[in-house]
Amino acid sequence: MVVADVTDIKDLFKKFHLLEPSFMRKICLTVVGSFLLFINSFSQTTDSTSEYHSPILKLEEANLVSNYYSQTGNHSAITGGLGTQKVNDFSNIIELKYVRWGSLDRKITLDFDLGIDHHTAASSAYVSKSGASQTGGTRVYPSSNWQIENSAKRTTFGLGAALSFEYTYHSYSLNALYSKQSLDKNTEFSAKANLFLDAVKLVYPSELRPATTSVNTSASYGGSSSKPHIPSKLRSTFATSFTLSHVINKNMQVALIGDVVAQGGYLGLPFHRVYFTNKSVGVEKLPDTRFKLPLGVRFNYFAGDKVVFRTYYRYYADSWGISAHTASIETVVKITPFISVSPFYRYYTQTTSDYFAPKYGRPVTDQYFTSNYDYSAFNSSYEGINFRFTTAKGLFGIESLNMIELRYGHYGQTTGLVANNFSLNLRFK
Amino acid sequence: MLKRNILSAILAVTVFSFFLSSCTTVKEYQKNKINDSEMELSARKVEKGENSFQTYSEGASGANGGKVGGGCGCN
Repeated sequence: MVVADVTDIKDLFKKFHLLEPSFMRKICLTVVGSFLLFINSFSQTTDSTSEYHSPILKLEEANLVSNYYSQTGNHSAITGGLGTQKVNDFSNIIELKYVRWGSLDRKITLDFDLGIDHHTAASSAYVSKSGASQTGGTRVYPSSNWQIENSAKRTTFGLGAALSFEYTYHSYSLNALYSKQSLDKNTEFSAKANLFLDAVKLVYPSELRPATTSVNTSASYGGSSSKPHIPSKLRSTFATSFTLSHVINKNMQVALIGDVVAQGGYLGLPFHRVYFTNKSVGVEKLPDTRFKLPLGVRFNYFAGDKVVFRTYYRYYADSWGISAHTASIETVVKITPFISVSPFYRYYTQTTSDYFAPKYGRPVTDQYFTSNYDYSAFNSSYEGINFRFTTAKGLFGIESLNMIELRYGHYGQTTGLVANNFSLNLRFK
Repeated sequence: MLKRNILSAILAVTVFSFFLSSCTTVKEYQKNKINDSEMELSARKVEKGENSFQTYSEGASGANGGKVGGGCGCN
């Protein structure tokens, strides 16, 4: 076998130049092209006129979600809170939803998702002090979910699993879901539990690496040809999410969402530098536990026949001293029953974490410290517009393509971080 | 701090429950607007990308159907 001398998937990728940007572009185009061919073929067999509940597993819906994100700023955590934050990220997610009907007319749903992100981050070059580290990285994240819906009991039960791989971070997760509707189907309660088991590869800044660690990493290909052995540290997250939703009247519905999250293990990132008041340099150090309590409310209102207000508010607090408020509103204007335009605005504000200080802002004697501006006090705003086109006849000659959604947003933080985000969702049914 | 937040959450659920009990029953045939895809009480699929970058670049996360800290290098 070609891979006989390769013990790490990364080595295999590197050996065949699989992480070159041009190759990643080809992968993305190939994935998208294959997806479109696949969708076109399945659409020919769809029987949309029948209400018959088939016991055979059938592809009911497929979605392709593509996203391009571009960011600039000058507070990179890799360079200790001062340095370029330029990032470009291109992601594609394919979601396939299969449905079959089991005994007692129970609906069984199977979802298969596959996401691939490729990003370039200018600050990653400075994991190596000389600025010679690799700036690109790829993340691949498949997931699968199974659900069974019992219409007689108005309950749904589901199980799922997900993986995520990038060079410095691996994640494995499991989830379980239960929901129950009221007799009149106007109220629904759902509970979801998620367990994440993650491994963070200990890629330190070049000047802080232990002498015994030979480093040749995605975040920092240093030019060394020797095979590295980089240890990892574990991080676990247990998250529960509870949602209570209710139809208030013919035009309004509301949902209350509460999450309880507990994290343990290595919660910092090893390549984030901290410059202390005495001008020495170290690596970000954060507590090994964190509790989060986000509480959100969604309220949607259909005003008249053509306008929908989608609103959201979230309060957040955690054990690291951060509290935050998020509020957003999206006004959907239905130009026709099939075309809608939705300007949106989101405002976010947070207090600083107990452990944050800017460059040269914290003594080396402190127990915990970070110069990651994600933990600083700031406000942000995000505004943009969403276009949605739906049709029962298909678009661009593809019969099964029944919805296209385009979204653009501009994001700005008071830290100076500025970003633009473009998204596209193609739905096939 | 957390105790206060838990109390706030319990209070919010209580108020919400009271709010629900005062609502009128909407029949299935009256739900053509409620069942409109724009009325879904969840983020749109096309919002996945922005939820992801907001989770990466802000200290808060969760209560929006998205990530809450696991599965990515973000906190």
